[in-house]
Amino acid sequence: MSRQPEGLDRDPGLQPERTRLARRRTGLAFAVVAALTVRLALTHGMAVTLVIAAGLAAALLAVGAAVTRRASRNPSRPSGGRTMPMLALVTVGYAGLGLLLVLGALG
Amino acid sequence: MRETIRQWWNPERLHRIGTRPDYRFSLANERTFLAWLRTGLALIAGGLAIAQFLPPLPLAHLREAISVALLVLGGAVALHAVDRWVRTERAIRLGTELPPSRFPALLALAVAVGALLLVATVLLKVVRRG
Repeated sequence: MSRQPEGLDRDPGLQPERTRLARRRTGLAFAVVAALTVRLALTHGMAVTLVIAAGLAAALLAVGAAVTRRASRNPSRPSGGRTMPMLALVTVGYAGLGLLLVLGALG
Repeated sequence: MRETIRQWWNPERLHRIGTRPDYRFSLANERTFLAWLRTGLALIAGGLAIAQFLPPLPLAHLREAISVALLVLGGAVALHAVDRWVRTERAIRLGTELPPSRFPALLALAVAVGALLLVATVLLKVVRRG
């Protein structure tokens, strides 16, 4: 980091490191949810929804990965801009996609 | 209400109020947001897993109902995460009390009720068999 905040090297709480690990954990959780979504689409979806769902799941994963990666490049600075709303939106997107697949398999 | 939703989407607006806090507070707030988000993702993963790995339950469509409930709950938790993060950031900048929230209690209640219902169905299954 070129622009380290004052006193970062003596931060006893290891805040940047903890934050970086938290971002990584969240990225892994996204990957798990994406994999489960793709599997549900492949095994339970109908032909058309299957393709759409798999594509959407991959797109959501790409967004999630891009956002978390951009954020983890600056571990000592809080994520700015729209990182949080984007991540929440991706999560809601997975919930919606799951609903679509579960209810679609019923009907 | 509308201002809060606007702040969800444009967190930069927060920079106009209060003073810039110690960066560690902002990082802690971000970690709390991420922990809530993972809670939501775990609920969603549970909903997705139930839909595809659980064998059909004795009551018709109960499996799908549980799955839908978990997915909706997960989405709600994700929205709560952003809301909470924005409100907390505002409180930190203004030096006021952290916003009170009933959400954790409601979530705990929902999970507990869901678990009890599942216990009831398992017992029902055992009784019917025996």
